[in-house]
Amino acid sequence: MNKNKEQLLNKRYKAEKRFRLYGQSAIFMALLFLTIFIFKIFSTGYSAFQKTWLIVPVTFDAELMMLEQNPSKEDLKDADYYDIALKSMADLDPNANEDQENDLKRMVSYFFEREIKRELLNDPSLIGKTKDVYLTASDDLDQVFKGNYPRDLPEDQRRVTDYQLKIFDQLVELGKVESKFNLSFFTYPDSREAELAGIASSFMGSIFSILVCLMIAFPVAVLAAIYLEEFAPKNRFTDFIEVNINNLAAVPSIVFGLLGLGILLAVFQLPRSTPLVGGITLSLMTLPTIIIACRASLKAVPPSIREAALAMGASKMQTTMHHTVPLSMPGTLSGTIIGLAQALGETAPLILIGMVAFVNTIPGSPLDPAASLPVQIYIWAESAERGFVEKVSACIMVLLGFLIIMNLFAQIIRHKFEKKWS
Amino acid sequence: MNLILFTFIVLLGFTSYYFGRRKAYTIQSTNKRLTALPQFYGYYLAIWCAIPAFIIFSLWAIFEPTIVKLLILSDYSNQGYLDDELNLIYEKTKALSRGQFTGEITPFIEASAEKYLSLRSIAQSSKAVIVLSIIIASVAYAYKKISSNSRTREPVEKFLKAVLFTASLAAILTTVGIVFSLIFQTIDFFKVIPLFDFVFGTHWYPAKAFVRDSSEALDPTMYSDTFGAVPIFAGTFFIAFIAMCVAIPIGLMSGIYLAEYASVKVRQYAKPLIEILAGIPTVVYGFFAALTVGPFLKEIGNSMGLDVSAESALAAGGVMGIMIIPFISSLSDDVITSVPQSLRDGSYAMGATKSETIKKVIFPAALPGIVGSILLGVSRAIGETMIVVMASGLAANLTLNPLESTSTITAQIVVILIGDQAFGDPKTQAAFALGMSLFLVTLCLNIVALRVVKKYREKYE
Repeated sequence: MNKNKEQLLNKRYKAEKRFRLYGQSAIFMALLFLTIFIFKIFSTGYSAFQKTWLIVPVTFDAELMMLEQNPSKEDLKDADYYDIALKSMADLDPNANEDQENDLKRMVSYFFEREIKRELLNDPSLIGKTKDVYLTASDDLDQVFKGNYPRDLPEDQRRVTDYQLKIFDQLVELGKVESKFNLSFFTYPDSREAELAGIASSFMGSIFSILVCLMIAFPVAVLAAIYLEEFAPKNRFTDFIEVNINNLAAVPSIVFGLLGLGILLAVFQLPRSTPLVGGITLSLMTLPTIIIACRASLKAVPPSIREAALAMGASKMQTTMHHTVPLSMPGTLSGTIIGLAQALGETAPLILIGMVAFVNTIPGSPLDPAASLPVQIYIWAESAERGFVEKVSACIMVLLGFLIIMNLFAQIIRHKFEKKWS
Repeated sequence: MNLILFTFIVLLGFTSYYFGRRKAYTIQSTNKRLTALPQFYGYYLAIWCAIPAFIIFSLWAIFEPTIVKLLILSDYSNQGYLDDELNLIYEKTKALSRGQFTGEITPFIEASAEKYLSLRSIAQSSKAVIVLSIIIASVAYAYKKISSNSRTREPVEKFLKAVLFTASLAAILTTVGIVFSLIFQTIDFFKVIPLFDFVFGTHWYPAKAFVRDSSEALDPTMYSDTFGAVPIFAGTFFIAFIAMCVAIPIGLMSGIYLAEYASVKVRQYAKPLIEILAGIPTVVYGFFAALTVGPFLKEIGNSMGLDVSAESALAAGGVMGIMIIPFISSLSDDVITSVPQSLRDGSYAMGATKSETIKKVIFPAALPGIVGSILLGVSRAIGETMIVVMASGLAANLTLNPLESTSTITAQIVVILIGDQAFGDPKTQAAFALGMSLFLVTLCLNIVALRVVKKYREKYE
């Protein structure tokens, strides 16, 4: 009998331990996913911040460039750089036949002409001289240099030819290949060529959309929250508004995309693919988040503050605007930032309103067509070229960086400025 | 032009504020008592400036285009043009006046474009004149009206309250907007495709509808077997089911552990870390699922001799499950911590171990709240777009094999609407019909979930 009891107790203790272990392993699993996730993104993405350059001697031959004697700055701008660019690439292997010359040309990006031009414009005295110029390597060689490209594939299955690899290896041995910080990733717009693709256009698109979203969502949401929390009578209509807000907060984001497409584009005829429409769509999505945050922080202001103001003879409106609302601002602001962070990561609604269009200019206003950072991730992730994989990860790192900064900022505002009422 | 006018009106607003306040001071200086603080007099005048401006601007925005269009097209009346042709002429005129016209320019259209430009400039300048004169008149009227015993605070506050109320309507307007944007296209869609075929048809192949030449008349029989949404609905719920299989055990157990077992320190770090998972944009999950999880599953499957598609429902659903973990864990954590301590104490006093207390006492007490959180998670899973678009295939297979690719409502909407859309095309309308069904399903889930959670909260408050 006694032994039986002990067995039972042991069994129960074991069950207790097991249950506890389940809990621990659940937490462990969740954190493991997070770690794998971040590790994977960083390990594929960090190399995109480096860019491979080929150092090629270029002879600035005035004749080949069709330049007169003592050319002016305008002449230099209009000169023909293609021939000298082509010649300097072909000169890498004096014995190359025509096919091989073509291969040589494809070892660098199609910006090589522009890069040579920039060199000469910086220093016009180079005419007639030879100088080593840094040229952007093609994305395949870039990947080869970073060790991401399987060199042992049969030749017809890769985009780099054996000949290109041979010349490339010679250049590496001569120290003519260099890896430098990839500034163009941040300053170039999107491109079909992985080595030239940058996030500048989508970054500006994101900034514009978020600004539009902030300018619409913040005032409307704060005013609505003030009304609902401070002035609204308790009746069916305000209940209905409240149910609406809570529901909107849980409506799938793609439905907002359909709203943008069906109303903003089809009815109001706003311009497609622009951050303006994107921002309005996102603002409708962010509205409930900010309203809920603002109401919560208005609710947290103790009634004694309101009573004191009313007792001093302030009107209800004065009490609200001069005392309650300013005291609730830290909570509202941090809620707004969190809402904007959500909007910044949103993709599906923007795809529906056409912000997936290929944009190779940097937008200068919310009325120019643009992509946004998450949409850029989607566009690049759908591209087959190997060079885009690391770009996607790098773009994700930039996006996550922004989200982390915004969330930290929200935390800081909350902890630094929020009054604790005890 | 509008910008200059707008700046001017804003300046006028500030000036009238200043004048109102000054008038209040002058009244004060004659030793009369004011009925409100001086700035209210200023606000009062500024509102008298803002309201007429707003009314005129909106009237203009509504009526100007229609009137201009009528005037332009009056040149073409009695020439036997159809309505559509007239619209086209008007569009051409507008494009030409903006310098964006690329087609052949006929003298007629050129004349219309010139007329359009002159009409526009007349409209603009008359707007400026009317707005400014009315504003000045109304401000002057209000300025004369205010005296020592006129009420200014009450109207100003009433106005502010009206503004606040209007802002609170935004939520309703958004819902109305969603319903309107979906409903018309959906109705049009069901005029061509019978509702029965949509809900019970088992073949989804919208690309077929695209082959149609737009000049041909609509032939409903052509669309039979094209828009049967059963595979889509099945795929949606299947992927959501897989996601919940991952999210419920992990999310619920972490919620329970955090609420009942974890020390303050563990809780302090683990909770925000898990919540990071909720803050990661879904497109990032999609990339992760497509690049890492899909090929990984394929490799494992191949090594076991299974035929696994690289874009499988399992990859998409699994990653979606990871995304939903924090929703369930945070919500169930909240729910469990709000169970009154007395229930726990009672259970411990009867000699129950901690896990027994959780399983037999706390869990049943918290069940409604937990169910609510799970329903919200399901609604998330159904509405999730990017993971499915990127990681699960786009072909609508009717299958229950998690290793094959399936498609969902959201993925099909994206597939159909990416790129250019032609409104009025059954394919585009199908996307809106899918959106409508998505909206309705998630709406029901949300309402039920929110109600359950609310009921539960009330119970313990």
